[in-house]
Amino acid sequence: MTTFFPQQLFYLDPLAIFFLAVIGLVSLPSAVFSVGYLRSESPARRALAWVLFLAFALSMCLVVVSGNLFSFLVFWELMSLFSYFLVVFDHTHEKSVRAGTVYFVMTHIGTALIMAAFLILYAQAGSFDFTAVKQAASAMPGSARNIVFLLLFLGFAAKAGVAPLHIWLPLAHPQAPSHISSMMSGVMIKIAVYGMARFFILCLGTGPAWWGGCILAFAVVSCLIGVIYALMDHDLKRLLAYHSVENIGIILLGVGAAMFFTSKGMPAEAALALCAGLYHLINHALFKALLFLCSGSVVKATGIRDMEKMGGLIKVMPWTAGFFLVGAMGISALPPLNGFVSEWLMFQSFFAGIINSFGGVKLYMVLCAAALALTSGLAAACFVKAFGITFLALPRSRRAQDAHEVSLSMKLGMGFLAAMVVLFGVGAGVVFPLIMRVAQETLGIPGGPVALPTRLLAVAPVGQASISPFLMTAVLGLTALAAFIWFRFVSRRKKSTYNTWDCGYYDLDSRNEYTATAFSKKFRFAFSFFLLPYRKVDKIRESFYHVRSFTYETHTTAVFEKHIYKPLLGLIYGMALRMRKLQPGSINLYILYIFLALVILIGITGVLNP
Amino acid sequence: MAQIPLLLIQTAFIIALAPLVSGFIRKLKDILRMRRGASIFQPYYNFAKLLKKDEVVSRNSSWIFAAAPVVVLASSVAACLLLPVSGIRVSAGVMGDMLALFFILALGRFFLALAGLDTASAFGGMGSSREMFISSILEPAAFVSLFVLSMNCGSTAAAALAGTQALRASTVVAGAAFFMVVLAETSRIPVDNRETHLELTMVHEAMVLEYSGRPLALIELAGHIKQAVLFVILGWFFFPAAAGFSWRALAFFAGMSVTGLAIALIEISLAKMRLFRVVDFGSFAFFIALLAAVFASMGM
Repeated sequence: MTTFFPQQLFYLDPLAIFFLAVIGLVSLPSAVFSVGYLRSESPARRALAWVLFLAFALSMCLVVVSGNLFSFLVFWELMSLFSYFLVVFDHTHEKSVRAGTVYFVMTHIGTALIMAAFLILYAQAGSFDFTAVKQAASAMPGSARNIVFLLLFLGFAAKAGVAPLHIWLPLAHPQAPSHISSMMSGVMIKIAVYGMARFFILCLGTGPAWWGGCILAFAVVSCLIGVIYALMDHDLKRLLAYHSVENIGIILLGVGAAMFFTSKGMPAEAALALCAGLYHLINHALFKALLFLCSGSVVKATGIRDMEKMGGLIKVMPWTAGFFLVGAMGISALPPLNGFVSEWLMFQSFFAGIINSFGGVKLYMVLCAAALALTSGLAAACFVKAFGITFLALPRSRRAQDAHEVSLSMKLGMGFLAAMVVLFGVGAGVVFPLIMRVAQETLGIPGGPVALPTRLLAVAPVGQASISPFLMTAVLGLTALAAFIWFRFVSRRKKSTYNTWDCGYYDLDSRNEYTATAFSKKFRFAFSFFLLPYRKVDKIRESFYHVRSFTYETHTTAVFEKHIYKPLLGLIYGMALRMRKLQPGSINLYILYIFLALVILIGITGVLNP
Repeated sequence: MAQIPLLLIQTAFIIALAPLVSGFIRKLKDILRMRRGASIFQPYYNFAKLLKKDEVVSRNSSWIFAAAPVVVLASSVAACLLLPVSGIRVSAGVMGDMLALFFILALGRFFLALAGLDTASAFGGMGSSREMFISSILEPAAFVSLFVLSMNCGSTAAAALAGTQALRASTVVAGAAFFMVVLAETSRIPVDNRETHLELTMVHEAMVLEYSGRPLALIELAGHIKQAVLFVILGWFFFPAAAGFSWRALAFFAGMSVTGLAIALIEISLAKMRLFRVVDFGSFAFFIALLAAVFASMGM
């Protein structure tokens, strides 16, 4: 029976509850943070910010609990709109408006694709309800399923910021107020992952192997492109936005591998891969929200986003620096924090896939693991740059020198997230069984009751391999404590303070420091085949021997913008120009059009119904 | 629980032995270069000397600079605990497997790189940037070669890797890739040169340039331990341990000394590469490791 009005309004399964938890864990500290962050705004704008923030958070919750395609799409669209308004919150800035426009267009291309897929599903099922759609999807012919998969994947990928559909993300996320950046990077792009998990795994079924393989390939590209661009970027917030592209890649590695393994008949490995992906999802939500809030504090305190003008902030903003360090360690996958646990799980799921499969599949998994290894190494390098240049050494500008620590509410917001980053790492033994259960439920694998945390809070998903971040913390802590006690109390030596060694110069100042550009020079060189760097040198000479002023700029080529988006825009523009000739404004011609249309329509009906 | 004292003894053994490995390599190099050179125990003398010295700290630095040596040492010691040295064969397997060991070493590296940037010196920043560059370029080779070894043993757990196994073609090829990783991770020629303090070429030494006295002693000790840990893992690729304590002990010592000899030979016969050629070095190592993975997936 065809029912237009959906019967199923809400649908709560473990997957939806998991995503509600993610939204809650990020929204709460972001809201607390915004109290201090928005203090300098006028009351009317503050009220507007609150209304939009709450509407945004609520619309995300409603997307997740929607029980039918129709309400999913409505709330999805509301989520996009509210976030658009938040991106252009600073509407006096030309940059914000431009970023907002790009975001608006990209997100609606995605929505259009999703809508097309939903219409196909509706045509098959005759209902918008998830349960009906799920039943109909299993009876759909293969080609239709493939088309729905591709439409949905591209649609959700545009929202998730998967490369090469990521171009809006580094524009829009940094431009929004920081507590919104944290919501967008921390939560909103994950809702697209929710869409993938909901519609691929739970609705269409995991499909043939190439579905998973295709997601894996996009994920690998996303990881590498995200982290390489992040290394090149010296705008603190844009750097973090590029890391979102990278991390969404890591999350999709888990989702893709889960689908791939299921199609190869390896349910246990699939559950582990999905669990790793979901674990990384919640971890990324926590540390990326934390890092965006910290960058918001820095921007608030200094008024600048360019890392090259910062430095030395650890002395004037010790709390923010400490929280940023926790986030940086988390995202760099350093033990015993949370990023380490999920990346390790990801490696283990690839390894389990390698062990239990044959031939080419093994090599594909090895390549995915290698890409993940490179990504995690580069991410660590990038966060040495981000933390080192922003917070350490001497201030590089007056504004950085005069910065002050932020207010209590902002510290509370950051502190909560930092504590979560630590807890999700050290307490991995408690969190892992819960997420594993979600993954098993989602894949339809009977898992029994949730496993109890094991001894020493260890995580041991397969065979003998195990990690216990809790024990690591104890060992690292005890060793450090022993060294500290020995130095401080057992045998003391004189400690004197002096200038940094400067090759015999006097008065070393901030101009002698290493810069972010210099730090990333090696990486720019190593990936020059992709980044295509170029430089501009401008010398003004008094004579051949004496150069009076010298400017030097180095840039990288934005490959996607230049080779995909620009030609595409040009094409659309050119087509529009040509189409304009059809509309010269003459009323006689329009009457001719109407007449022709009528004749053609009559002709068609005549042929179809003789 | 009964294994804990044994584990502590084994860890103490590796830590105590670690400086000797460095001294051994340096002595070998001296002999090969027809020099008399310092005693094989020189690293111990250096350690004792540094412990007695006072410390000078840059006025620009923050608590990161003070904390880094302790974190580096803690990470090396934790890595050590994960390692079943073939003779005794106990390890804190619950705490982590071989992949976790690399993550733990990354923790120390991260803090040392931050400390390099902390003193506002261009040298420190240069060292940090280069160190992170080299390690990230070699990361894929490290993980893939470890994966190949683990594929042949069925698990990434240390106990499985150090256990009895047959010598296979794929493991040996992966070992070649891992050897290149070890060269880079222990700051050896052709990637880095420990003996130079020339400003423009040093990598690891530039990063720790501002350290003196006891923190420097800790960093050097941590470096020796990390080197010993990597040598032990490298030994598993080439010297599959047979059953029995004495055979395992023999494999352990053979692994350490052959690796030491190989490194000494390479260090006296090659020149240091340009930094940008490390990319070629890393990708070469990666492709060797990938070749090993191909062998391993064919069952060789």
